[in-house]
Amino acid sequence: MGHDAPAGDLRLANLTKRFGVFTAVDDLSLTIPQGSFFALLGASGCGKTTTLRMIAGLEEPTSGQVLLGDRDIARLRPYKRPVNTVFQSYALFPHLDIFENVAFGLRRRGIRSVGDQVERMLSLVQLDGYGRRRPAQLSGGQQQRVALARALINHPKVLLLDEPLGALDLKLRRQMQIELKRIQTEVGITFVHVTHDQEEAMTMADTVAVMNAGRIEQLGAPADMYEFPATAFVANFLGQSNLLAAEAAGAGGGEVAVSAHGGRFSVPAGRARADRGPVYLGVRPEKLHLVGSADQVPAGHQHVTGVVTDASYVGVSTQYLLRTGWGSELTVFVANSGAYGRLPVGTQAVAHWDPRHAFLLHREPGEHDRTTPVLDEPVGASS
Amino acid sequence: MSVLAHVPTGSGQSAPLPAARSGRYRLLPYLLLLPGAAWLFLFFAVPLFQLAAASLYDPSGSLSTGYALTWAFGNYPEALQAYWPQFTRSFLYAGIALVLALLMGYPLAYAIAQKAGRWKNLLLVCVIAPMFTSFLVRTLAWKTILSDNGALVGLLRDVHLLGADGRLLATPVAVVLGLTYNFLPFLVLPLYASLERLDHRLLEAASDLYASPVRAFRKVTLPLSMPGLVAGTLLFFIPASGDYINAELLGTPNEYMIGNVIDSAFLVRLDYPQGAALSFLLMAAILAVVFVYLRRAGTDEVL
Ligand SMILES: Nc1ncnc2c1ncn2[C@@H]1O[C@H](COP(=O)(O)OP(=O)(O)O)[C@@H](O)[C@H]1O
Ligand SMILES: [Mg+2]
Repeated sequence: MGHDAPAGDLRLANLTKRFGVFTAVDDLSLTIPQGSFFALLGASGCGKTTTLRMIAGLEEPTSGQVLLGDRDIARLRPYKRPVNTVFQSYALFPHLDIFENVAFGLRRRGIRSVGDQVERMLSLVQLDGYGRRRPAQLSGGQQQRVALARALINHPKVLLLDEPLGALDLKLRRQMQIELKRIQTEVGITFVHVTHDQEEAMTMADTVAVMNAGRIEQLGAPADMYEFPATAFVANFLGQSNLLAAEAAGAGGGEVAVSAHGGRFSVPAGRARADRGPVYLGVRPEKLHLVGSADQVPAGHQHVTGVVTDASYVGVSTQYLLRTGWGSELTVFVANSGAYGRLPVGTQAVAHWDPRHAFLLHREPGEHDRTTPVLDEPVGASS
Repeated sequence: MSVLAHVPTGSGQSAPLPAARSGRYRLLPYLLLLPGAAWLFLFFAVPLFQLAAASLYDPSGSLSTGYALTWAFGNYPEALQAYWPQFTRSFLYAGIALVLALLMGYPLAYAIAQKAGRWKNLLLVCVIAPMFTSFLVRTLAWKTILSDNGALVGLLRDVHLLGADGRLLATPVAVVLGLTYNFLPFLVLPLYASLERLDHRLLEAASDLYASPVRAFRKVTLPLSMPGLVAGTLLFFIPASGDYINAELLGTPNEYMIGNVIDSAFLVRLDYPQGAALSFLLMAAILAVVFVYLRRAGTDEVL
């Protein structure tokens, strides 16, 4: 609070945490600019919580640094760090009322008159008048907001949020996402938000880091990462992708020519993460268009032919599965804009795309197509 | 939920009427209460009533000549006057023992509940195991430990914590130590039960919110263990203040507590009115202490 600190970027440098022989966080390095909303996205068990706990001081790093500005705080006790956490379990103090829960941090720092600040914080999270209740008398969403208020009132340099919305139902979760984003813009504190929900990460964060097995797979603005993922993991963790096993023959004339399953395709050189050898040719399902025959394909588009094996109507769009000649099933999303008729299952169809929407990713030799739709949320992702 | 609903109705039988069924269930709680209530009535209420009557007998009577109920309320001030030192000593010893037991018992309960990991059950057994031998035997064992030619006294003499002819046995120290030891499990077990339920994530939250370990203890651990603490102190203090075995075996008449006086009034001096009056005074004093304590501790979860 009070005085403005010098540049307060949060930097993790070669941060590593091992539990016995198991490496939970593996040589993690990243910079989170002061005042940004940063999302750490990854499946359950990939090391998100462990990373947060090392920033908060609840877990000691095996090696590496946690820098706030240019101060290494990695070996400070948690109660000495200008960092607060909204815990996954909320961890509200059951013996204290809401007012005292929120006032806890201020009182521990010897601040006497806390009334005004607490009231202001309670109204920020829209809980005016709840001060005298106990946590057990509040709903999950309200408890979540108390946990947020209890952390925010201390004006930490960095606020850590560990899947704070995980326990809420979908509607409340969407509501709280907007709320959190609003509060973050208002208070301007660095938020590090851990989630396994890619939609949550993309709608809220300025920067998203996708984590996998203790490492960062890719880091960037949500739209950039979605449009041009760096790895096959990211391509399928952030939304879904049709990835075709292909061979690239090198760049030439601003394009990379690839062959896949007997067809010849090309991708702009700027959208290729690899331009020689085994690659994935990737296209997002909504970037694919369906037509009845090859002569309807617009000039400049590339296409594959197949048979419609499934058509699920999901309101805003229809999701088709198109079985190609070599047996893979491509996913195609067609917006229900009324411009096209429905294609019944069993009909021959052609999927085409603008090459500027395709991308090339590195592929290990021997890896096959990855086109099966992945679940929206990873299974068992609640921890 | 009805159990009766699953009983197949036999050929000739008709299903019980709903009214009869609910009537039977209405009585059930009272039926379940009956054995306990009867036990309490026969072996607590009736003797208590008799004791109250005995405390008001004519003090000049005796067991051989018989007692007359003369409503001799004077028995109370008399008994109190005669044995005031033993009274205060009882509460003093029990109080000191309680403080010692808390100093040992709280860390012990905390360690077992929060830090012991897979040793938890073994340590709990260690706390309870002494109870498998009789109270008397355990106190006699202390007599040996504290005896003048025992190793402990020898050691204390060697390091000059005791004078050359200093002793432990037959001193207030021995009695207080005996009380502390004998009633410690009654303090530790309820404390353990409430500390075991303590969510360590709350301590992490406290530490995240600028509470040093000491502050986190005072503001989170201690208040959350209050129910166990209150129950434990009561379970310790009540029997300790009425105890007479420790003073008898480890002390001298100079260390006698009110329990010893009651014991001798009933079994040696055969002064029933006085013994009964002292018993009631002790009971009243304990109730008063407990009442004040519960008001101060401010917990309504115990009673
Ligand atoms: N205290 C611990 N001891 C051993 N393994 C742990 C411990 N904490 C976490 N792990 C392991 O580290 C991995 C990462 O855990 P975590 O950071 O909680 O994942 P996430 O929050 O991404 O779901 C998991 O495989 C988990 O089992
Ligand atoms: Mg987690």
